[in-house]
Amino acid sequence: MFPILESREIAQNVYLQRIHAPRIARKRKAGQFLVLRHTDTGERIPLTIVASDPAEGSVTIIFQAVGKSTSEFSMLGPGDGYLDVVGPLGLPTHIEKFGTVVGVGGGIGTAPLLPIATSIKLAGNQLLSIVGARTKDLLILEDEMRAISDEIVVTTDDGSYAKKGFVTTALQEMIDRGEKIALCIAIGPVPMMRAVAEVTRPHRIRTVVSLNPIMVDATGMCGACRVSVGGTTKFVCVDGPEFDGHQVDFKELVMRNRAYLREEKTAMEKFEHKGGNCMGSDIATSARGGN
Amino acid sequence: MADVTHKPRPKPFSIPRQPMPEQPPAVRVRNFREVPYGLTPDLAIQEASRCIQCKNPQCVKGCPVSVQIPEFIDLVARGKFIEAAKKIKETNALPAVCGRVCPQEEQCEMPCVLGKKGEPVAIGRLERFVADFERVTGNVEIPPVSAPTGKRVAVVGAGPAGLTVAGDLVQIGHDVTIFEALHKAGGVLMYGIPEFRLPKEIVQAEVDYIRNLGAKLECNAVIGKSITIDELLTEEGFDAVFVGTGAGLPYFMNIPGENLIGVYSANEYLTRANLMKAYAFPEADTPLVKSKRVAVVGGGNVAMDAARTAMRMGAEKVYLVYRRSRKEMPARIEEIHHAEEEGIEFHLLTNPIAFHGNDDAWVTEVECQKMELGEPDASGRRRPVPMKGSEFRLPVDTVIVSIGNGANPLVPSTTPGMDTNKWGNILADQETGKTSKKGVFAGGDIVIGAATVILAMGAGRKAAAAINEFLKTGVW
Repeated sequence: MFPILESREIAQNVYLQRIHAPRIARKRKAGQFLVLRHTDTGERIPLTIVASDPAEGSVTIIFQAVGKSTSEFSMLGPGDGYLDVVGPLGLPTHIEKFGTVVGVGGGIGTAPLLPIATSIKLAGNQLLSIVGARTKDLLILEDEMRAISDEIVVTTDDGSYAKKGFVTTALQEMIDRGEKIALCIAIGPVPMMRAVAEVTRPHRIRTVVSLNPIMVDATGMCGACRVSVGGTTKFVCVDGPEFDGHQVDFKELVMRNRAYLREEKTAMEKFEHKGGNCMGSDIATSARGGN
Repeated sequence: MADVTHKPRPKPFSIPRQPMPEQPPAVRVRNFREVPYGLTPDLAIQEASRCIQCKNPQCVKGCPVSVQIPEFIDLVARGKFIEAAKKIKETNALPAVCGRVCPQEEQCEMPCVLGKKGEPVAIGRLERFVADFERVTGNVEIPPVSAPTGKRVAVVGAGPAGLTVAGDLVQIGHDVTIFEALHKAGGVLMYGIPEFRLPKEIVQAEVDYIRNLGAKLECNAVIGKSITIDELLTEEGFDAVFVGTGAGLPYFMNIPGENLIGVYSANEYLTRANLMKAYAFPEADTPLVKSKRVAVVGGGNVAMDAARTAMRMGAEKVYLVYRRSRKEMPARIEEIHHAEEEGIEFHLLTNPIAFHGNDDAWVTEVECQKMELGEPDASGRRRPVPMKGSEFRLPVDTVIVSIGNGANPLVPSTTPGMDTNKWGNILADQETGKTSKKGVFAGGDIVIGAATVILAMGAGRKAAAAINEFLKTGVW
């Protein structure tokens, strides 16, 4: 059992939890993820590690309650725990002094961006951040990102807070004003990452994206998470999760992420019927590919 | 329990091999319960009576872990089932598993003298019977273990090889911890082999036996990620490490359309169905698509398992597409037979060359090519050669690629000083399991490539002896 030390809602339907998992806390590096399972019939849900405290032996995760499993996770708190926590998985982010780095976080994607951006900043880079959400209530980690950024632009699609528009508009403006961008790291919904890659492509700005496909074991054993990168099949769980955004076949990724839509809906309906949270479920996107 | 000690033993050659009752095909294709019911005590005694107790038993030589076969069969014939179970356990910690999944027809039963004239003694079925009898009647006893040696061994991977090493070493007093990447111990016995062939309850009972002997088990520990081998040997204070991580990396065909939705590796399909219990969805959370027409690519035991699982998941048609002929199929005859009985349609000498899909990227067709057999290849089997103009398409909504597994690189790539071959298998001495890195042993599929449960156990047995020797003498 891995006890939950803290659990709170940090935005509409978005939860932060601190979990006791000392081995992972000691070992994890920015960009890596873990896998959680909460009951004996539960599925294995991959989530990015947002922060860790080796002294306390804790790791922090942030997730959106979008399907049955994450909705059940959201109802757990101190006194509860996870049956299984596995990690750290995936390759850590490659960190060095690049120069000027733009970090783009969209929606829940700002959670995995935060530890990477922090490491980027600590390595002596100039960090320009763009943090966006559909609407004000879904915006997360603005203060945390502001604290590490040399400059930050916040956007909401509907203009309910800060700058109205998409993260790509803000990115285009940075490029247009002549910023010499050495690297762009974009994490968020697949359409956003694809759009960012299209903005940077003509300027040949190296663009790294962090992918969130469906996974089962997350140790390279099943191949559920395969994705085409530059025409070659990669397993996101062991070869990623980060890849060159100009090489990723996003269309295929979007399609593959829809493989279990029907089953996810069945599970959610059954869950709501049983008296779980009656929350609107946006099942097309998930916290990090848990299906 | 019938005590037949006083009954005269019948003449061995007068009794035919006893059939094992099983679920009829029409019933079992729609459930996940085990196919054979197993022998009854009477059938077991009858079958055991067939053994002529050879002075120089060839069957034992055919067994990778040298089970004392004539001795245990004699005990069965005399109705001493518990004693028979103990006799097997002297050399095999997982008899209920081996009795089910060992290829006995190529091992212990192949050299059986009775097989020369008629049918060999059903050694596997008898092994299964006594192990089940011991477990079901609650008679599993934990044998005494030797005094602690103070030496600590880390076993990486709780599959057949690792469990064997752990069982052997803990009994002679070493302090053993098994590290398992998944949330349940058992390795391929849990994620790969289906419930209807090897009930998971039985696997867990065998794992519990190893734990009750005193081995510690840490699940969710991905060695190479959570902890490295070097850390086990230094920070964690282990004196030796055994690597039995198996062949967990699925091969794909690298043909067009392979990333369409509905194209699975056998590993994924079986892991969802077995380990994650997707057949119970939505009671279990992990789903598996509801398929109507399934093509399984491959001709091994895993392909048969995948095909039969797809049938039980409710498929209307399951095709098995294999590029060679039936004779070259690596699967056990019994498995091929079961698959055919259950209505799996074989497309032999047929090779997929592309997968086609619809606008939503779901697979809809497998494009195949007919093959003919040419000259023998490196494996000694005749190489299949494509026939020009023979292309045709099979309509499907699911494809399960079951063409084999390679070595998972997680451990080799994070263990400096431990050499591998060009396929990523760890180089280890066949007799001792010693790798090129001091204190590190390896065995099972990670060394020899995807093979059988019992071969992995045999490698585990040899490695355990070598580890014990190393711990005693310190000599590498």
